[in-house]
Amino acid sequence: MTFFNTIKEFESFNPDEHFSRVTDRDILESIQKEKLGISDFLNLISPEAENFLEPMAARARETTIQYFGRVIQLFAPLYISDFCTNRCTYCGFNIHNRFKRKKLTSEQIDKQAGIIKKSGIRHILVLTGEDPVNSSVSYLEQAVEVLSHHFASIGLEVYPMDTPDYEKLVAAGADSLTVYQEVYDRDIYRRVHPAGRKSDYPYRLSTPERACRAGFRSVNIGALFGLAPVRTEAFFTGLHAKYLEDRYPEVEISVSLPRMTKACGCEAPACPLGDKTFVQFMTALRLFLPKAGITVSTREPARLRDRLVHLGATRLSAGSKTQVGGYSREETSETPQFETTDTRSVDQVEEMILQSGYQPVFKDWEPLEAAP
Amino acid sequence: MEDFLRIGNIRFSSRLLTGTGKFSSLDHIPQVLEKSGSEMITVALRRVDRHGKNRNILEYIPETVTLLPNTSGARSAQEAVRIAELARAGGCGDFIKIEVIRDMKYLMPDNAETVKATRMLAERGFIVLPYMTPDPSAAQQLEQAGAAAVMPLGSPIGSNRGLETKEMIRIIIEMSHVPVIVDAGIGRPSHAAMAMEMGADAVLVNTAIATSGDPAAMAEAFSLAVRAGRNAFLQSMPAKLANASASSPLTGFLD
Repeated sequence: MTFFNTIKEFESFNPDEHFSRVTDRDILESIQKEKLGISDFLNLISPEAENFLEPMAARARETTIQYFGRVIQLFAPLYISDFCTNRCTYCGFNIHNRFKRKKLTSEQIDKQAGIIKKSGIRHILVLTGEDPVNSSVSYLEQAVEVLSHHFASIGLEVYPMDTPDYEKLVAAGADSLTVYQEVYDRDIYRRVHPAGRKSDYPYRLSTPERACRAGFRSVNIGALFGLAPVRTEAFFTGLHAKYLEDRYPEVEISVSLPRMTKACGCEAPACPLGDKTFVQFMTALRLFLPKAGITVSTREPARLRDRLVHLGATRLSAGSKTQVGGYSREETSETPQFETTDTRSVDQVEEMILQSGYQPVFKDWEPLEAAP
Repeated sequence: MEDFLRIGNIRFSSRLLTGTGKFSSLDHIPQVLEKSGSEMITVALRRVDRHGKNRNILEYIPETVTLLPNTSGARSAQEAVRIAELARAGGCGDFIKIEVIRDMKYLMPDNAETVKATRMLAERGFIVLPYMTPDPSAAQQLEQAGAAAVMPLGSPIGSNRGLETKEMIRIIIEMSHVPVIVDAGIGRPSHAAMAMEMGADAVLVNTAIATSGDPAAMAEAFSLAVRAGRNAFLQSMPAKLANASASSPLTGFLD
């Protein structure tokens, strides 16, 4: 039994049909409920609910403060390899995109880590392309070991693995895993992942479950908005997070709402997600899943990120570089995975959070086994 | 009349414990401590950041206030023990609040693991204050395992719902030989007063203070409520003593 069974159960379900029946009263009732069910979540992500953004935002803000306090946790991404065997039609790392691929050595990782740490960042998210040969499990274990000397928390956003491989990375000191389904719509998934390991939809879909079983403390999921009709994708994102929360209560489940930004040599978003709907989805997810973390990356522009602090976000990346070796000039590769739009420094993001009436938290984990 | 709360070898005048995790700014911490008179404050070790560039939460806590590091993030007794040892090694003292939580959704403490951790840490010389789901028999086990106080939850953490577990807490208070500190769920000063009137030895309030518009003013309100509740409880004590004594002021003439 995996979330794939749930996806199949909902195959004949047409969210638009539900949306067409939603009344203003349904929406208002759902906003006020203390515990929201699936149909409440649907009510809140319906087109009609865009008329209720202010009350949704107010409740989302109140709920976030109640469970998380007035704090925002900060982290930074570290790209260590852009070798990739996938053919994702929307991604700058895809195999057809010809550029000089790069992979950092342990010494280079150590150097990048030192630079990031100087900014105050204590939580790091390690990213690679999908290439089990160039970024083998043992390469990742080494990377985690090096990083454990610099950071309090190490997250991974790497290619999907089997549980025993994840267990090795947990043992090495990684504590959280991010894996995006990219697209829940199976037909579109097939089209944008035409070949390679990633074309296996059910394997990708059950990755968060394998991660939960491997002992990660926190697992972050999401859809890449832009590839498929947005409301259905938002629905399955919420449903997936709820499924994981219910089955793996020991794991902190969090969600992200990454939006496609233009990557070089790639297709433009077929179903763009506008700011208004983005905010609607974020507040709806907060009300549906009050305890779930919500992560916002520097894909989002500064002016929007400043506002999202008040609307349910609990974690922000800061000072991000999205190319391999990007934190030092001499080691930077040419091609970022995506363009960052919030280019502010960690200090500037910290100041923005303080000015917004929130406490920036750099450290929210204590490594129990790793090096001092 | 002298009325101290004694835990470990320390006497506390204040019966309000406070927290640190949810403030909009660490600058609120000293203000809250000053306005409320709180003498013990809990800090999650996972939040203690000794990185030179960042603000270190410990620097906001005056030395006169007893530090109660907690094991937030522990999912087993072993992890709680490890966090406690790291806290002590890091100079946070011998007090430790055990939190073992395996359910991230409702954040209910796991009593069985908490009892194990309490025994291990008490044997290692810690002054152990376990956070617990209010089960009277688990409270007894914690006491036998060496807990210096027990900390049953009033309602789920962060819920601000008050004493939803009132009857269980009443039984725990009645049966306990160590201080009972009601922790979690206390959303209003009236909830704190009620807990104290029932005979709780202290309360710990975090969310309701940290997330209010003026944390220092709210902390003061809680402090007054705790004192009011405590005074009311003390007023009821003589009556209880009288009931238990041999003197019979109303019927003694019959002897």
